[in-house]
Amino acid sequence: MRAWLERQIPKMVLAPSFVAILIFVYGFIGWTAWISLTRSKLLPKYDLHGLIQYKRLLAAPRWDTAMDNLLLFGALFICIAMALGLLLAILLDQRIRVEGVLRTIYLYPMALSMIVTGTAWKWIMNPGLGIEAMVRGWGFEGFRFNWVIDPDMAIYAVVIAAVWQASGFVMALFLAGLRSVDGEIIKAAQIDGIPGWRIYTAIILPSMAPIFLSAFIVLAHLAIKSFDLVVALTGGGPGYATDLPATYMYAMAFSRGDIGQAASSAMVMMGVVFAIVVPYLYSELRAKHV
Amino acid sequence: MRRSVFTAASTLALLTASVTSMAQAGPEAEVLHWWTSGGEAKSVAVLQQEFSANGGTWTDMPVAGGGGDAAMTALRARVLSGNAPTAVQLKGPAIQEWYEEGVLANISSVAEAEGWDKVLPASIAAHMKCEGQWCAAPVNVHRVDWLWANAEILQANDIAMPNSWEEFNAAADKLMAAGVIPLAHGGQAWQDATVFEVVALGLLGAEGFDKAFVDLDPEMLGSDKMVAVFDQMRKMRGYVDSNFPGRDWNLATSMVMNGEAAFQIMGDWAKGEFLAAGKVPGEDFLCASAPGAGFLYNVDSFAMFDVDGDDKQAGQELLAKLIVGQNFQKVFNLNKGSIPARVDVAMEEFDSCAHLSAAEMTTSSKEGSLLPSYAHGMAMRGAQSGAITDVVTAHFNSDMSSADAVEMLVTAVANSH
Repeated sequence: MRAWLERQIPKMVLAPSFVAILIFVYGFIGWTAWISLTRSKLLPKYDLHGLIQYKRLLAAPRWDTAMDNLLLFGALFICIAMALGLLLAILLDQRIRVEGVLRTIYLYPMALSMIVTGTAWKWIMNPGLGIEAMVRGWGFEGFRFNWVIDPDMAIYAVVIAAVWQASGFVMALFLAGLRSVDGEIIKAAQIDGIPGWRIYTAIILPSMAPIFLSAFIVLAHLAIKSFDLVVALTGGGPGYATDLPATYMYAMAFSRGDIGQAASSAMVMMGVVFAIVVPYLYSELRAKHV
Repeated sequence: MRRSVFTAASTLALLTASVTSMAQAGPEAEVLHWWTSGGEAKSVAVLQQEFSANGGTWTDMPVAGGGGDAAMTALRARVLSGNAPTAVQLKGPAIQEWYEEGVLANISSVAEAEGWDKVLPASIAAHMKCEGQWCAAPVNVHRVDWLWANAEILQANDIAMPNSWEEFNAAADKLMAAGVIPLAHGGQAWQDATVFEVVALGLLGAEGFDKAFVDLDPEMLGSDKMVAVFDQMRKMRGYVDSNFPGRDWNLATSMVMNGEAAFQIMGDWAKGEFLAAGKVPGEDFLCASAPGAGFLYNVDSFAMFDVDGDDKQAGQELLAKLIVGQNFQKVFNLNKGSIPARVDVAMEEFDSCAHLSAAEMTTSSKEGSLLPSYAHGMAMRGAQSGAITDVVTAHFNSDMSSADAVEMLVTAVANSH
């Protein structure tokens, strides 16, 4: 009896959350997939109409912009946040005096909500209020920094705010990684007279590969689900120049009464997430089997 | 599938309701709306008091945020769970959209007893009917095609209120030369759309506007006249200061108030900002209909949903009667800055801009140029108006050519169905 219980209890404890995930994650993914094949407008309807919503999606210039923005934003955000995070981590790793204070300062942006970040940067980058006005106030009349109101540059303004928010967190990840490298190896390298930068590039960084992967996955999904930052910073504007798939989906579902279209865009977004996560899961699972 | 279940359920509910004998409780109403900011909340409180004074029990259900998006999400959840509110703040084609889902009630008995057909302009009454039956009650009429101006600036630069877009352009060029921002504008999609539709009404005329934005006639949407509308929009872009993206409409209004800018194109809710700052119409600021003949209306209304129970249905009828009643129409609109939807309300207490608006509503109704505003969701459904706004705002915020914009407009509308 006791042995039976011991075997069954974990299963019983896990069952409710398993069922909940089955319904509320996979069940609703299925529901969304179904809705994306219908002509649902205000309320969901269930008669299938083929791929009409996906055709409409591909024909919409606004969706094109949203996907281009996601690619551009995602690539820049991930690369810059990782590079900056790594640099900060390496600098902090030099056994400096007030490391604890600095680490907290750099990590703080992550504690802010994206809405706060977006609103603050909206004011900082507003040409009439922020940096441009300040530098002009110093007497540099020709100074221009109007990215946030320039349709071609606004997406880079979003990148700046997002990097500011996330790079401290990436730094903390990398710092933990740097500290976990075996000190003996580093000491051995130092005794052999290998220069500091070589120790980083040849020993420490390669042994941190799993940290790079986790940082990448965390940043990638932050990028794909970015919504609040854009809403607060630019409202998707100027025009729809900084629209992202998530804001597109929100507009369709909640402002325009076009649920079918929103569902099809949600499915495409999920496809993008899968394209990133599945290879990762695959490599993880395979590594365990070996 | 879902819908037929709904229809069956609501028919059943109606049957049971009519079979059950008179309930004892007084009229009840649960009202879903998004009038939560200062002046608006005050306006809706007027209705609440009047409802209680007539023995009703009012359950307030205000849902703030997103210009009604949040309220619509709440409504969807309520309707899907089979528990719709008594009355919901809805407007324009959205009323018909909900009717097609089979969830609206018929309030023709009240409307006929109160003679709504005689006191409401025909084109506004048409929005309140679903296949010939009354299903909603109008609250007010906002006019969208207003041109607001700073009186002092116009006088200093010797400019009269323009009667055509050429005159407007000439005035704007003069103001630019004098170092004044000609047009106060906020770069948000709906504000771009507002300016666009006002320009379109002026350049296409009432008939053309009707064809393009009510019938969505592809020929009209793709016509040379539409190219001219986008040309004028490109001009308007030049009259706006460079710091406009994302600016809220009331900040643009205060630019006119403070003398930073000369004109603003905005609905008559802008008047509330002027009045709240203690400005006097005709002295400190001027109001005039924007160049072009016609009247673009934005009518707020309450749609009545199918509800069970005599007390709720009695509440619904009482509510409908009070909303269109003379007293509420007057008090509410004095608070909100709009004008009454019914044409027989005494206008003495209203200001001169409201008088102009009421007079032009009556004449344009006779001339057939009383038209629904597309930018404020009166002319077409969300998916179509959204598609048009995407093109308008993309053109306004880039260097797209007018011909490309027109081509995009036609495809976008075709793709929105």
